[in-house]
Amino acid sequence: MQFEVIWENIGQYVHGLWTTVWLVAASLALGLVLAVPLAILRTSKNPLINGPVWFYTYFFRGTPLLVQLFMLYYGAPQFPILRESFLWPLLTQAWFCALVAFTLNTAAYTTEIIRGAIVTTPHGEIEAARACGMSHALMMRRIVLPSAFRRALPAYGNEVIFMLHGSAVASVVTIVDLTGAARNINSTYYTPYEAFLTAGLFYMALTFLIVWVFRRIERRLLVHLRRPAA
Amino acid sequence: MLDLQGYGFSLLEGTVLTVESALASLVLAVVLGMLGALAKLARARVPRGVAELYTTIIRGVPDLVLMLLVFFGGQLLVNQIAPMLGYEDYVDVSPFTAGVGTIGFIYGAYMTETFRGAILAVPTGQLEAGYAFGMSPGQVFRRILLPQTIRHAIPGFGNNWLVLLKTTALLSVLGLDDLLRKASLAAGATREPFTFYAAAALVYLLLTSISTVLLVWAERRYNIAYARPAHAV
Repeated sequence: MQFEVIWENIGQYVHGLWTTVWLVAASLALGLVLAVPLAILRTSKNPLINGPVWFYTYFFRGTPLLVQLFMLYYGAPQFPILRESFLWPLLTQAWFCALVAFTLNTAAYTTEIIRGAIVTTPHGEIEAARACGMSHALMMRRIVLPSAFRRALPAYGNEVIFMLHGSAVASVVTIVDLTGAARNINSTYYTPYEAFLTAGLFYMALTFLIVWVFRRIERRLLVHLRRPAA
Repeated sequence: MLDLQGYGFSLLEGTVLTVESALASLVLAVVLGMLGALAKLARARVPRGVAELYTTIIRGVPDLVLMLLVFFGGQLLVNQIAPMLGYEDYVDVSPFTAGVGTIGFIYGAYMTETFRGAILAVPTGQLEAGYAFGMSPGQVFRRILLPQTIRHAIPGFGNNWLVLLKTTALLSVLGLDDLLRKASLAAGATREPFTFYAAAALVYLLLTSISTVLLVWAERRYNIAYARPAHAV
């Protein structure tokens, strides 16, 4: 083991760490913004409204993230319409395609997580809201969504970790994230253990950080569910 | 709609390899998951510690990083050890071996958690009743614990399988001729990348759909004793 190589190139890892963090954070934020309205549409009883959303989540949850990324990054140039559009300069950038693919992917999973939380709202709460004369929108905003977000929290924490781990595929389309940095160092110095173990340690640290943060949030928001001390 | 320009058979070959590698990984994962669950539930501290370390590390690191570590690192390791054993030729670790080994090892950790929960869900009283009837530990395992563990494990097992199946797409990064790599080759040759990646996506969707149908069926089958009679609804 020669970890000097890693120390000399630690800058590459730090740079990769930054790429991974902002890519994942931006995808998660955009994905969440997309997922909330989609989840509400998904609970609609009208098949013309929930059907398309169902198909979207079914497709993105049923295919590998890497394939979705390839469809966008390598697939887009097949369409002349896209090549002539204003989006073209962005679509040739790997980071933009990764951001879009990750966002659509995490939005699909998050939509289903939030939908699950919405449909498990206790009936009494909904009846009470109706009895108070709340409109559907007001009931969603005041009663259903706040408690649904709390119930969705543990599953969403898992989704955040999955997204962090899934983001490693960005290195396949030339993005130098944490995995990309490790791959570069491995191919330059031929030090597979050191290169990939270091990347693994960075990911593990990030994972533990996410777990810790979510535990803190859960402790705060789910305080009413905690068992009283015996 | 999809014109595969004669690459249909190639994609089919890739699909077969994808399914093969997923099933091989699954077998390994189930075996490791069983061992891991038993170790986690053991009284002795050492197996519990080892299993805890295993699941914590695996669930903290991305699949792709572990795969690259095993593929490149394993190659180096094998060729450092082989000469010591008097083997002179260069040993090639195939992407299939490295990939299936790693995926099996990773999902073994997820299976460990699933199986542990499923075993704990079987009421202790039933096991005690089995012993009270004079059954041997083997009989209690086979007749009481295992059938009910399977019932409790099916939902988690199904989830793990679906994630595992999609993870096999990463094997194409190691150069295995799986479905995604066959699609990439066809995409490069025909200059119609979207068509072929979309075709690959549809095949993955088909595979996950078939799996879901089978899992729903299995779940119903194993829960038959707990199903409500139709007229009671």
